Amino acid sequence: MKKLGLIVNPVAGMGGKVGLKGTDGREILQKAISLGAKHVSPGRAVQMLRKLAPLKGNFQLITYPREMGEDEAKEAGFSPNVIGKIEPGKTMSSDTKKAAHDLVGEGVDLMVIVGGDGTVRDVHDAIGTEVPVLGVPAGVKLHSAVFSTNPETAADTVMKFMWDELPLKEAEVMDVDEDAYRKGRLSSKLYGYLTAPYEPTLMQGSKLASIEAESEAAQQEDIAKHVVENMIAGTVYILGPGTTTRAVASALGGQKTLLGVDLIKDRKIIARDVSEKQILDNISLANCKVIVSPIGGQGFIFGRGNQQISPTVLRKVGRENVLVIATPQKLSQTKVLRVDTGDSQLDGQMKGHVKVVVGYRTIRMVAVV
Amino acid sequence: MSFKQARWEGDGCLEKLVFELGRKSRRGSFFKSDVAEEVEIPKKLRRASLGLPEISEPDVVRHFTRLSEMNFSVDSGFYPLGSCTMKYNPKINEEMAALDGLANIHPLQDEDTVQGALELMYRLERMLAEIGGVSRVCLQPSAGAHGEFLGMALVREHFKLKNEKRTEVIVPDSAHGTNFTSAAMAGFNVVVVPSNDKGRVDLDALEKAISNKTAALMLTNPNTLGLFEFDISKIAKMVHDAGGLLYYDGANLNGIMGKARPGDMGFDIVHFNLHKTFSTPHGGGGPGAGPVGVVNGPEKLLPTPVVEYDEKKGRYYFDYDRPNSIGKINSFYGNFGVLVKAYAYILTMGADGLTEATETAVLNANYLMKKIQAIHGFSLKYDSETPCKHEVVISAEHLKGETGATARDIAKRLLDHGIHAPTYYFPPIVPESLMIEPTETESKEELDNFVRAMKAINEEARKSPERLRGAPSSTAIGRLDEVKASREPVISWMTFMAKSPRGNNI
Repeated sequence: MKKLGLIVNPVAGMGGKVGLKGTDGREILQKAISLGAKHVSPGRAVQMLRKLAPLKGNFQLITYPREMGEDEAKEAGFSPNVIGKIEPGKTMSSDTKKAAHDLVGEGVDLMVIVGGDGTVRDVHDAIGTEVPVLGVPAGVKLHSAVFSTNPETAADTVMKFMWDELPLKEAEVMDVDEDAYRKGRLSSKLYGYLTAPYEPTLMQGSKLASIEAESEAAQQEDIAKHVVENMIAGTVYILGPGTTTRAVASALGGQKTLLGVDLIKDRKIIARDVSEKQILDNISLANCKVIVSPIGGQGFIFGRGNQQISPTVLRKVGRENVLVIATPQKLSQTKVLRVDTGDSQLDGQMKGHVKVVVGYRTIRMVAVV
Repeated sequence: MSFKQARWEGDGCLEKLVFELGRKSRRGSFFKSDVAEEVEIPKKLRRASLGLPEISEPDVVRHFTRLSEMNFSVDSGFYPLGSCTMKYNPKINEEMAALDGLANIHPLQDEDTVQGALELMYRLERMLAEIGGVSRVCLQPSAGAHGEFLGMALVREHFKLKNEKRTEVIVPDSAHGTNFTSAAMAGFNVVVVPSNDKGRVDLDALEKAISNKTAALMLTNPNTLGLFEFDISKIAKMVHDAGGLLYYDGANLNGIMGKARPGDMGFDIVHFNLHKTFSTPHGGGGPGAGPVGVVNGPEKLLPTPVVEYDEKKGRYYFDYDRPNSIGKINSFYGNFGVLVKAYAYILTMGADGLTEATETAVLNANYLMKKIQAIHGFSLKYDSETPCKHEVVISAEHLKGETGATARDIAKRLLDHGIHAPTYYFPPIVPESLMIEPTETESKEELDNFVRAMKAINEEARKSPERLRGAPSSTAIGRLDEVKASREPVISWMTFMAKSPRGNNI
């Protein structure tokens, strides 16, 4: 019988309606409570669990005490295995980490976490890619790519995962700077990767090109092969962060900085993890191309996790020298691409359809909105 | 209507292979071995055994009859397989193709002894040219996808002769998978353009996709959603202005035949599927026929030979003397038997009959569109206002949301009602899609029966969904593992011997 781990971050999402943009850190949480914030995530957890309830005999539910999962599970009609200890009403980041760690120790097959980006980061810190994770959206910031669209679709995904029907992907964990966000600036970094189940688009084989049926890793290899074949000698390629761009470096026999920006020239990595200043100082942007892949759950190609490729860099390089690469699997989830460089004029110029390399010799027109 | 398929089974497997049925020295016919001619074959090339089954005539007849009883065909029931145009294949086509002078000729016979066959090809070419609005047609491609590949090879050669380096072929996201593949096989990079919210080509995306690298745009009209591309003239102009060619995929010609011609819409290369529009049997990979027509420019590039008529001598002949031809794409002249059947179809229908077939096919599709759309749980994802052409793509998205029953469940359950499953999960731009193409063949009674079945399944999804999950239950074989079936098919004797443990016993 499969084991399902459940972690509810009871305070996730409380800052949203009271305009605090998040609840990372105890002071902000106190402020949220004083502003009359209500709990959001327990309700979302119950919503998800209710949809799963008819199948409760088919898997074992393991969770943390009280508001971190036990209460919600019982409300939805489950009798969960409860492990660990908490101080009710005073849970914090360290409790999420401990819970994730303990649940992995229990041998769970899938961990469902109810929270936001902060919760996801805690789980990432505690378990890395050891166990696949599915996020039920309950936080204020939901930029990471592990989240389902809503609690019901999360339940569907859990069911299919339990029936061994779903493949796994590497999903971005994003870190949005809350202080900056409160000041009206959205600045985010790519924090790391978790594994997550995903639902491939269903289709009838014979009428279709086979590309969408392949695993994401195979799709990334195809893309990398195309990119590498078309590389021009003498041109410097600014390679953005992510696993698809990492595949490009791997195809060249190099090891890419997963979360950073690297430079490639004549099929070799010439600089790693460069900053905006290093880009501007060291290379001639007149003979340069930028290769990026959408980051996070919402399809941002600029302004999330790759701020090193700044508006100044982009203006010098030129829109026509930006090459976007993305797996069909990724595009099936994001549909559109977004830009948020902080320079609205530049963002405007980026809008409209762009060519996205989605496979070997295969390009798709995708709208940047 | 209810339905129960035969299931012939023994020794733990369905009807054995003909090889397994054979016994040593068993015969269907005995031949006198009084061949007078002495044939010199080097010893090392001689085979002692052919490895063919030795089997009696009744065993052969029963074997193939049983296989046919475990099959579903357009001769046994309604076959609304969208985008395949599974219309009834009139038996007169078969009779014509079986005529001695057409069935028993050899491709290497002297031209003077096969003037009738050449005339048939010559006239069929003219007929298709008239229907498609093109100047010449090559009849050689052995299947629809083979025709597509020829189309792309013509595009490649066209630009090679003009000394233009064009690397990209644009294909809409709703197109058949073979379009992408054909373009890639011809060496092009494929650029996919999305559909807009009306289910047609997104012109903004197309504009951004077109450049001086564009070799061609491959388009089906009406498109895969059964919708007419209203902007076709504008699209043709955009592609031509950039120096590219327009390629027509003939998959959906049954929606416009006799009413509109691809050549008039601006298409430069026009593809036909004789096994769809012209009622010849579908091949399951062949033998089909996918002729390709051209308008002016690429005409000189057509594969050799082409059939010509010498008026002075009153004689038909194969013309191999075409210096700009891309060469040969088939060992001889195409699947001649299929050409005969299509020719018979066109002659028996006549021009008015072909137009009427289109009108009836479109009327039937619209009738089903209205009736099925009215069933709670089924909807149209894109344009539900404009009438469709020959086919309609229904989404079962809402039914799935309410009951968990998927398009696949519905398609499989239809088999239990004696109706072949429609195409499902295609095109991929419609969630939980069921692609239904009734064709002109079906009567109102048959269409109403289909609507009743769809209603019954819809109700069943709410009351006893487990029946849908297990469907089909009345066919010889239940639900297949489709991934395994498409990735590891065992459809040849050699593969069977290599993969099946039963191979050891033969």
